[in-house]
Amino acid sequence: MSNSVLTKVREKLVYSRPDSMYPRKMHYCAGCGHGVVHKLLGELMDELGIAEKTILVAPVGCAVLAFFYFRADGCEAAHGRVPAVATGIKRVHPDHVVIGYQGDGDLLAIGTAETIHAANRGENITVIFVNNAIYGMTGGQMAPTSLVGQKTKTSPYGRKAEDVGYPIRACELLNTLEAPYYIERTSVHDVKNVLKTKRALKKGLMNQIEKRGYSFIEVLSACPTGWGVTPKAANLWVAENMASVYPLGVVRDKGAKA
Amino acid sequence: MTATAEKILMKGNEAIGEAAVIAGCRYFFGYPITPQNEVPAYMAMRLPQVGGTFLQAESELAAINMVFGAAAAGARAMTSSSSPGISLKQEGISYLSGAELPAVVVNMMRGGPGLGNIAGSQGDYFQSTRGGGHGDYRHIVLAPASVQELADLTLLAFDLADQYRIVVLVLGDGYLGQMSEPLVLPQPSGKQFDKSGWALTGAKVREQHLVYSLLLSPEDALEKLNLRLQEKYRVIEKNETRHETYNTEDAEYLLVGFGMCARILRGAVVSLARAGVKAGLFRPITLWPFPYRELAAAARGRKKILVVEMNAGQMVEDVRLAVADSSPVDFYGRMGGMIPEVEAIVERVRGYVE
Amino acid sequence: MMTRLIFAGYGGQGVILAGKLLAVAAMKSGKCVSHIPSYGVEMRGGTANCSVVVADEEIPSPLVFSPDIVCIFNEPSLIKFGPIVRKGGLLFFNTSLIDAEPNVPGVTCIPVPANTLAEEAGSYQTANMVMVGALVARVPELASLSALIAALPSTVSARKKDLLQLNEKALKSGFDLIQAPVSR
Repeated sequence: MSNSVLTKVREKLVYSRPDSMYPRKMHYCAGCGHGVVHKLLGELMDELGIAEKTILVAPVGCAVLAFFYFRADGCEAAHGRVPAVATGIKRVHPDHVVIGYQGDGDLLAIGTAETIHAANRGENITVIFVNNAIYGMTGGQMAPTSLVGQKTKTSPYGRKAEDVGYPIRACELLNTLEAPYYIERTSVHDVKNVLKTKRALKKGLMNQIEKRGYSFIEVLSACPTGWGVTPKAANLWVAENMASVYPLGVVRDKGAKA
Repeated sequence: MTATAEKILMKGNEAIGEAAVIAGCRYFFGYPITPQNEVPAYMAMRLPQVGGTFLQAESELAAINMVFGAAAAGARAMTSSSSPGISLKQEGISYLSGAELPAVVVNMMRGGPGLGNIAGSQGDYFQSTRGGGHGDYRHIVLAPASVQELADLTLLAFDLADQYRIVVLVLGDGYLGQMSEPLVLPQPSGKQFDKSGWALTGAKVREQHLVYSLLLSPEDALEKLNLRLQEKYRVIEKNETRHETYNTEDAEYLLVGFGMCARILRGAVVSLARAGVKAGLFRPITLWPFPYRELAAAARGRKKILVVEMNAGQMVEDVRLAVADSSPVDFYGRMGGMIPEVEAIVERVRGYVE
Repeated sequence: MMTRLIFAGYGGQGVILAGKLLAVAAMKSGKCVSHIPSYGVEMRGGTANCSVVVADEEIPSPLVFSPDIVCIFNEPSLIKFGPIVRKGGLLFFNTSLIDAEPNVPGVTCIPVPANTLAEEAGSYQTANMVMVGALVARVPELASLSALIAALPSTVSARKKDLLQLNEKALKSGFDLIQAPVSR
């Protein structure tokens, strides 16, 4: 009798680790957006079949070890130099998929020049910018994208605009340039937006595969540890506070039908 | 190279560029700074003709990190600059060293410190030989003394870089870069280096390759890397130390200099011989590894060692380490873009005789 | 033999090229040579000069501080370089642009109406060639006239190849000025 029941059980796998990712335990904190973005990237590597020709350039910051999780080649870059290193790789391997992965300090503070000039050259790379409004790895210092009033280790009384300026909007900044092909800002604070992020990442990768030029996807992401709140509260904060300073949506898409 | 090979008159900076092309370098990333601007200009003209890539970067930082990327991808890549720009490149040189990537960097030194001037100088000896960036690393430093050597040693630099997976610095100065001299273009060495075990080419039918220097565990990772690096450096010291001597057989006085100064000292040796003073030249070609043992042997029994540099006295510290107490060491230097004259050196040495 | 020369004049008078032509011709004749221009900031100021060394032995320094010979194309260069010529040296000067006879004790001054002869040869732009022609006529051990002519195609930039014949004519004109002064 028990046998007949068992024969009726069929395993139906509805959710698993992407083949393009190693079965390694991630080092990210609970509630951190990096893990979600990694997962999306892994799924897209599977779907597009590109892992074997992907070279991922990791930043200095929380994602410094990003390349450990993918069955793809990976490269380190000094703090802020991801776009320069990616440029060097892409010029040697124009048919490979070169992905630059950066955080806010890396991309918008120490690496602002590299960011702007790689975009301005229209390098045929895909840059994923995870914006969590704080320096996570060094322990929660103020980032160029920290919000006005946001308290961090180095802005303990809240970010004062008159003292250290306003948060920098990367997408809008890059949108002043001629060359970039595609610029979009998304978020991973809820399921709907995670799915939108996946679509944006896919578009960014497809643009590169089709040799259309520079794609830039900014992903708003929670840092519960750095912000000192629960993951749930952190995701709410992204939706309620960050998204108003950093409006979500397509900023530029040269491939969009008119 | 055939004996009948045609001589051409070529500017030093351009000779570097052509030698790099001959060496198979197809990727150049640079940023303008005098007095090395002819190197990037030459590569901008030449690389597209041979299917290569020249890219003017937004900064020296970007340029050296583009070299990092291209080297990681398995290509022969180079950058060139002059003193202030080389200071900026030190970050990348440290990373290249940590990740054990082969790369060729050219420094046509100019007067410093700070913005200094654009005349030739040798003020970057310490920076070049002591590790200008952070961490426990070394890189090979080649010091050419003529346009011919700028070409020959640039060619050698690419082979050494690939052989040892190390940064090789070609250390010239503004005068060497700007001067034209007869040159016989060198032939490619024909050496092949297998990079398939580590270069980033896509993880198809193999495990992933990673190029990185971040090793968070001190005991089982970062110290191991450092021990391996040090082991490699000892091999390089053993196999790649280069120097040259001239007229040292029965010399009473030994003149020591590198690069531009070495050729001026050679002229002084000739002049002194005409005046009946026995002087010889010892010239390090590799500044790291420095020919300590060879110099110690060459210095033995001399009445005096005179070190001449276009700086306030930098290599002289290595000479003193090599010579120890066996002979007295004197120093003559010019700074700020000034160049020692043969007559001044002759006068100095004749002063020892009297 | 080691002869140290300086060519000096306004930017655009072709003094760098004059020095280079001499260096290439001497090199092809088996000499050791070096050539180094003034560069950078100096290039922008309107005056230009280059140092050339021609020798039978290895050349220690390409920089010339006390020249054996100077070829002076304009007045500011005469003021700058006239006083540093070695005793017993030669000073070629462009009488087309320099009015006064140089007064440099112990130095032989050789007048060359470089611009005038250049215009006669077909272009004022070849004044540099006139000067080099006169130089080797007076100091034949540097290079022969035929070596200079042979060196022209590899020295003159591609976009000025149409000037080859004019350059050759100007070289000869300067050479004849010194070699056969009676005929003039």
